[in-house]
Amino acid sequence: MMQVRSKVESTILEVAAEHNKSLPQLTDDLPLMESGLDSLCLAVVVARLEDGLGVDPFSAAEGVALPVTIGDFVKLYENAGQ
Amino acid sequence: MPDSDPPSLRDLVRAGSTAQARFIADEATRLDLSDLAQAALPGLARFRGKIVLLAMPRQIDAATALVALDGAARRIVLCPHDLPRAGIDAVAAAAGAEIVVSQWPPGPGDLVGAQAADATHADGAGWGATEWVLFTSGTAGQPKMVVHTLNSLAGHLFGGAGSPAGPIWCTFYDIRRYGGMQILLRAMIGAGSLVLSCPDESPGAFLARAAGAGATHFLGTPSHWRRALMTEAADLIAPAYVRLSGEVADQGILNKLRERYPAARIVHAFASTEAGLAFEVTDGEAGFPASLVGEAGGASIRIEAHSLRVRSPRNAIGYLDGGISAIPDAEGYVDTGDIVVLRDERYYFAGRRDGTVNVGGQKVHPEEVEAVINQHPAVEMSRVTARASPITGALVVADIVFRTGGSGPGAVPARATQAEIRDFCRARLAPHKVPAAIRVVPSLEIAASGKLVRMRA
Repeated sequence: MMQVRSKVESTILEVAAEHNKSLPQLTDDLPLMESGLDSLCLAVVVARLEDGLGVDPFSAAEGVALPVTIGDFVKLYENAGQ
Repeated sequence: MPDSDPPSLRDLVRAGSTAQARFIADEATRLDLSDLAQAALPGLARFRGKIVLLAMPRQIDAATALVALDGAARRIVLCPHDLPRAGIDAVAAAAGAEIVVSQWPPGPGDLVGAQAADATHADGAGWGATEWVLFTSGTAGQPKMVVHTLNSLAGHLFGGAGSPAGPIWCTFYDIRRYGGMQILLRAMIGAGSLVLSCPDESPGAFLARAAGAGATHFLGTPSHWRRALMTEAADLIAPAYVRLSGEVADQGILNKLRERYPAARIVHAFASTEAGLAFEVTDGEAGFPASLVGEAGGASIRIEAHSLRVRSPRNAIGYLDGGISAIPDAEGYVDTGDIVVLRDERYYFAGRRDGTVNVGGQKVHPEEVEAVINQHPAVEMSRVTARASPITGALVVADIVFRTGGSGPGAVPARATQAEIRDFCRARLAPHKVPAAIRVVPSLEIAASGKLVRMRA
């Protein structure tokens, strides 16, 4: 579980750095769309996590609510790995 | 043939004015549409018969300029807001612009070239309907300039004028692109109002503002909607109508919109700047029913060599390239270059014939990215393709073949890390064109023609 969380968070930071985006401290209640990540960054994060973790929870299932916060985003991957 | 006396946008806005207060608003400004249509325009004479380039940072300025200038100017060129200064000069020259305006109403010193313009068309004679020039969404190299008239853009909406109360529209899309323009004209001609986005506004802030303005009809690309649904403000709006265009709408986003907004009518539309609006799909399913092929909703649809072709009164007049060159084939069909495949009586989009990748509504030409990658000293050749993304619809990815050092057995390939190649691209390309993933492969397939194999048949 912690592994998924740290992988998700490190991927977010890695992509943000590549795109020269400075992010605030990542906390669970930080809104994703106000984190400083734009759609393109988020798309790259999701692609890289698919390659790294072997799951794409966005495309995977019906009825999966889209994440609003960083915490929701992490949980999406934690649940997908179960 | 242009109508001998076509209604101008101003006439249509005026005809659609009713007792209710109609407005067009952005973050900073709210204008009354009836006032706009009635306002006297003392300076208008100098625009009469002229070719006017609108290079405006703000959408609302472009919208008000269109109301003033349609029927007066000979040609209105709508620059995308992200065009760099040098691009504006090039476009002005290519479009024959006599006047360049950057705000509305124009300020002093804002009428570049106005003094130099002659009075050839000062009496308004010598041209038909005002030409509206829009840019194709290709942000690569040279976007094409596409000529429309108010009639080709909105002729299908004219009947709606005079209805008692139009809806309040809200578009994520820029009104200077075809998709956003459709909504501007629906709002203006259909007795409605319009809430516009501002460049640096977060999706949540925009939705909250739209909700506050009472918007009920929302338009965006599938990527706009995915982004919107990831904000808390998505719960602030109660749309009666949700429309997607500009990218392929997949089943995932259609389902998520249905779940979130069960009361909304959810429509995805296929349109291109050249072909115009081809059709709307209202059954909530991805793709489009095969029954739309043929004559449908004023447009004729044809599939030829898997490519979608459209003939309709909404087709553009032509490309602006010196003169005006025709776009359609001999039978009047515009080839959209979109490949469709038939499955169970339904057509699904399967990419572009030329391999163009649509990253959240921004088009990327693979050749441009390949040309950059191939400049890297370690790279022999590369192929750039699309990878599906649940966030932006697609991402750019690359396969690369490293250069071998010398020849014969034991030759050592040149090496660079994927990160080095990516940084190399990042220094030379817009962010959405930089490959999101790079794969090293031993070789790439070359067709008999000597070209890279892009599409799998």
